[in-house]
Amino acid sequence: MSERKLHPAVAGAQPMYRAENDPDAPLFEGAYKQRFDDILTRYPDKRAAILPVLAMCQELRGWISSETIERVAELLDLTPAYVLSITSFYTMFRPQPVGKYLIQVCTSIGCDLCGAENVVEKLLAATGTRTGEISEDGLYTVIEVECLGACGFATVVQVNERVYESVKTETVTRLLEELR
Amino acid sequence: MAYPHSHPRETRILSEHFGEIEATTLDGWIERGGYKAVEKALGSMSREQVIEVVKESGLRGRGGAGFPTGLKWSFMPKDDTLPHYLVCNADESEPGTFKDREIMRWTPHQLLEGCIIGSYAIGASHCYIYIRGEFVDVIPVVNQAVVDAYSRGYLGRDILGSGYSLELTVHLGAGAYIAGEETGMLNSLEGRRAEPRIKPPFPAAKGAFGMPTTVNNVESLAVVPHIVTNGGDWYRQWGTEKSSGTKLFSCCGHLQKPGTYEIAMDFNLKDLLYDLCGGPPEGREFKAVIPGGSSVPILAADELDAECSYEGLEAAGSMVGSGGLIAMDDSTNMVHAVRRMVEFYAHESCGQCTQCREGTYWAAKILRRIERGGGREEDIPLLLDISANMAGKTICVLSDSAAAPIVSSIQKFQDDYMALIAKGQHAAVGT
Ligand SMILES: Cc1cc2nc3c(=O)[nH]c(=O)nc-3n(C[C@H](O)[C@H](O)[C@H](O)COP(=O)(O)O)c2cc1C
Ligand code: SF4
Ligand code: FES
Repeated sequence: MSERKLHPAVAGAQPMYRAENDPDAPLFEGAYKQRFDDILTRYPDKRAAILPVLAMCQELRGWISSETIERVAELLDLTPAYVLSITSFYTMFRPQPVGKYLIQVCTSIGCDLCGAENVVEKLLAATGTRTGEISEDGLYTVIEVECLGACGFATVVQVNERVYESVKTETVTRLLEELR
Repeated sequence: MAYPHSHPRETRILSEHFGEIEATTLDGWIERGGYKAVEKALGSMSREQVIEVVKESGLRGRGGAGFPTGLKWSFMPKDDTLPHYLVCNADESEPGTFKDREIMRWTPHQLLEGCIIGSYAIGASHCYIYIRGEFVDVIPVVNQAVVDAYSRGYLGRDILGSGYSLELTVHLGAGAYIAGEETGMLNSLEGRRAEPRIKPPFPAAKGAFGMPTTVNNVESLAVVPHIVTNGGDWYRQWGTEKSSGTKLFSCCGHLQKPGTYEIAMDFNLKDLLYDLCGGPPEGREFKAVIPGGSSVPILAADELDAECSYEGLEAAGSMVGSGGLIAMDDSTNMVHAVRRMVEFYAHESCGQCTQCREGTYWAAKILRRIERGGGREEDIPLLLDISANMAGKTICVLSDSAAAPIVSSIQKFQDDYMALIAKGQHAAVGT
């Protein structure tokens, strides 16, 4: 995991879905403590750090557990109930573990018109899962999401930190092989 | 090969360097004339002069509402001692809209220049670029640009020796369409749920952290350096009196050449669809087109001979909105398409207002039922009734946005509804 010092201006703007994560990783240590401190310097108020700090926790651990919620609440002088009200409002926070590759398929109107439903079906069949489940080998979780903001390149599929444009049913198998 | 598709009839100001990988770097940007506008604004213009030239240009906000940018900036207090904030709205989540993404991933420094000049004009000491967290391929590009701009003295203390200092922070959303609404964005930035606020107070009086704040869309800010460099009259040479300049239209759906195109605002919608986007797929015809993102009314095929200006699309019965054009050909069932759009709003409603929370939920449920063959004739007046209750009565206009496709599809494509309802009733009789 990267120990490279980030500029404080972007310390809170790192990808929160990574294939390499560890549900038991220590939070707020070493470089991550540094990032936490840097994030706090960017806002006039501690509460404002909640999204970047939660994102950093998910980047490390892959999901947001109740233990994570309690730690974040303590560090930011908030209640755990408040932090939970945030993690449940914003859809990118995962309330339970997911496969190594979180495959998010856009099924909003732009992609829907171009066959997104078939892409979802094909992905579910190829990974042997139902929506939201982790595949038996622990590698994949497929979910449907709303517009990913790349509608001209339908169907848009986001896998962890990568965006795949123009995915067709015929290219699903290749996409999954590329991930392995 | 030019950026995925380009066309000689485009007017490429913002998009001139789309597709050029070197333009994403600071050196590449400077080679293309970058940061000259920042030098000019901070070095030789007062705050008021910057606001004045943007007013003269006639630029209207590109985030959806079309509010004049210079006028919005002039609402910021002038002689106070409070910290001011500029929040760049890079939450782009409106289905059909992918223009800000293209600005950020191909020309991040163009946006930074706009952020610096905009911040200077409103007297901001800190600018936040609020990018939706899903933009995983865009975020590293913007981050790199910010770090490079700091290292070269375009951000930070005493920028280029002008005496003006600005901090800039990249702030990520975490999955919430409603964070794109400007007061929802302010709540989100403050670490709250992205629930829109009742206005007034407007952000210029009481915005982020209770301080005077301006929220501007990516496209609105990115064009500002061009206006500062070339002047307001120069920008006015394109478009109409009320809709000056150029606008990015991101075009998706049933098109031969989907993509983001930059057109003068008096461009004809039909030409955009047939010339630039290459028309519908082989052997198909257009059935319906949504010109400005899923929140604006649907146009039928015989309503497409319209000017893409704010007033032109309004006269045609729709709106410019975000410029997220969605084309549907004659293979589309409008009940299905509208159901997908309404489900989006049901999913994204923040839930504060009863009309929106309940209306989107029930409308989606009824549309699903019709699509599956369980529709009744009374469903049409019922949907219209629900829609009427949803419009004009809520804290923000998400509720109105959800009602727009329902109402316009029933007006223009009632046959699609009736066919499904009749088919369902026929099947029920048969069982
Ligand atoms: C439900 C809703 C969602 C919105 N989403 C966005 C968005 O994603 N991006 C954006 O720039 N503006 C969005 N807006 C418009 C903003 O509220 C605001 O008008 C805009 O950011 C102002 O910038 P401008 O004046 O430069 O257009 C949204 C508005 C509503 C009601
Ligand atoms: S209209 Fe809908 S999204 Fe807007 S504030 Fe009300 S409930 Fe929330
Ligand atoms: S509709 Fe799929 S990315 Fe926008």
